[in-house]
Amino acid sequence: MARSALTGTRIRERRLLAGIKQAALAQQVGISPAYLNLIEHNRRKIGGKLLVALARGLHVDVATLTEGAQTAVIDALREAGGAQARDIAGSAPELDRLEDFAGRFPGWADLIAAQRLRITALERNVAALTDRLAHDPYLSQALHEVLSMVTAVRATAGILANGGEIERDWQLRFHRNIYEDSQRLAQGAQALVSYLDSEGKEAVALSTPLDELEGWLAARDYHLAELEGADPAGAPLETVMAREDVRALGGAAQSLLRAVAAQYLSDAQAMPLAPLSAQIAAHLPRDGLDPAQICAAFGTSLAQGLRRLAAVPATDQGPLAQPLGFVSCDGSGTVLRRKGIEGFAPPRFGPTCPLWPLYGALQRPMQPLRQRVALAGQGERRFVAFAICAPQGVQGFNRATVWEAVMLLVPEDLLPADPAQPRRDEVLEVGTTCRLCPKADCAARREPSVISGPL
Amino acid sequence: MRVLLIEDEPNITEALRFVLSRDGWLVDTHADGATALRAIADKAPQVIVLDVMLPNRSGFEILRDLRAQGSSVPVLMLTARGQQRDRDLAQAAGATAFMTKPFSNADIVAALRALRPSDAPRVSP
Repeated sequence: MARSALTGTRIRERRLLAGIKQAALAQQVGISPAYLNLIEHNRRKIGGKLLVALARGLHVDVATLTEGAQTAVIDALREAGGAQARDIAGSAPELDRLEDFAGRFPGWADLIAAQRLRITALERNVAALTDRLAHDPYLSQALHEVLSMVTAVRATAGILANGGEIERDWQLRFHRNIYEDSQRLAQGAQALVSYLDSEGKEAVALSTPLDELEGWLAARDYHLAELEGADPAGAPLETVMAREDVRALGGAAQSLLRAVAAQYLSDAQAMPLAPLSAQIAAHLPRDGLDPAQICAAFGTSLAQGLRRLAAVPATDQGPLAQPLGFVSCDGSGTVLRRKGIEGFAPPRFGPTCPLWPLYGALQRPMQPLRQRVALAGQGERRFVAFAICAPQGVQGFNRATVWEAVMLLVPEDLLPADPAQPRRDEVLEVGTTCRLCPKADCAARREPSVISGPL
Repeated sequence: MRVLLIEDEPNITEALRFVLSRDGWLVDTHADGATALRAIADKAPQVIVLDVMLPNRSGFEILRDLRAQGSSVPVLMLTARGQQRDRDLAQAAGATAFMTKPFSNADIVAALRALRPSDAPRVSP
């Protein structure tokens, strides 16, 4: 229903844009104007042949009508609605009309989605700060010292104020103690403020260095143009690290970025953009995208090839009309890098769907996986996932092997049409995260969904 | 009535020694965690005031060992933290009472009076 709802709004927008009267379009596709009106106002579901006919009548692709640029916004709204219903008694946001809302009020939808992300980030900040207060050894020691000084001052002052007759020598001694303790108290408090002040700068807008890094990469569509075709002798990494927006990152995020940029530079040298684009352009329209074939042409590993393909920018002139998605995780399953694309927005916070081929690859190291996937409740849109898990760094005898799994997501509509429709069991239905997944009876579910039915 | 004050902050020790002495206690003091058990054995106090954060050994460890030796002497634990976790740790280690810094002189005097064994000889203030 939700997809249909947005589709109805888009059909109306496209029709008005094209200057076609409702009655004329209805006649062209063989339905009554009243029925088209119901569709356009999201009162009737739409799909199949009628959707194709309407798209043809409006001179657009079906995808233009069915896919919005709002998957992430919808997910964030759904999360916000679920949290609201959970945390505030008596509130009942209309989750079943969520996409209708997003279609009608995109500005408000963006604002609420952004606020939800902000709230989530702040909640994580609070949790991190609480954790730090409890476990930071410096903070614990500093607070202990301050409280000890306060205790000494209080006990001594209490004697002087209420102690009755006190010998002159004791009075002088206690006065001196209070003076010394107050000096130490002032120094301890200043050191504490200084420590918290400098640490606080790390935790302002985003929760973790990984979040900062991800935000920086996302703002550049995960493509670092200054490292494409760069001469390593010219210290291109330093050029990146000297950027003003890089220097604005926290120290830990800068360290992470340096490692990512070094890996990017290595990938770009192994698979230069121009010949890589030529390879993609030569095969994509005819044979589809075969990462193994491309990696063989450049003599690179599959893991490097998948990572590199995700960095190819989507442009009108380039070989990719749409960007490719990417997710990587370490051996514990913790997501290290995520590049969301339209229709597949990995959650920014919290656990992901354990059914992703990424985790399948993690369980079978060095075995490449190719799997058609569809996002549960997101209609007919499918992706082809390529995944592999490979060891990282230098290996050695009796040393722990560090594994990293990577997954490239290719929208299926980028690939040439497959005349044979895949069987239903050939498409793996996955989610992004349990909270936002409507899949019923999922063996992998770890927490209830905020969605009661299909999207 | 003898109390052993195990606390590493000298000005707290000095103030408490003064206050408790005026309340009629014979006050012994000790500042090092590593040798605290030996000090307890030597001084044989009727009540112990034990700080949690001591140099070389924590108050929790000292108390656990003291109870493992079979001692049932009342122990008032002092800590700079008042979290439930610390209270639980103190209780698990065998503390008789728990007090969070900063406290008033009246509070600690009252706490120690409550811990005073009933059969112990009274000393007039």
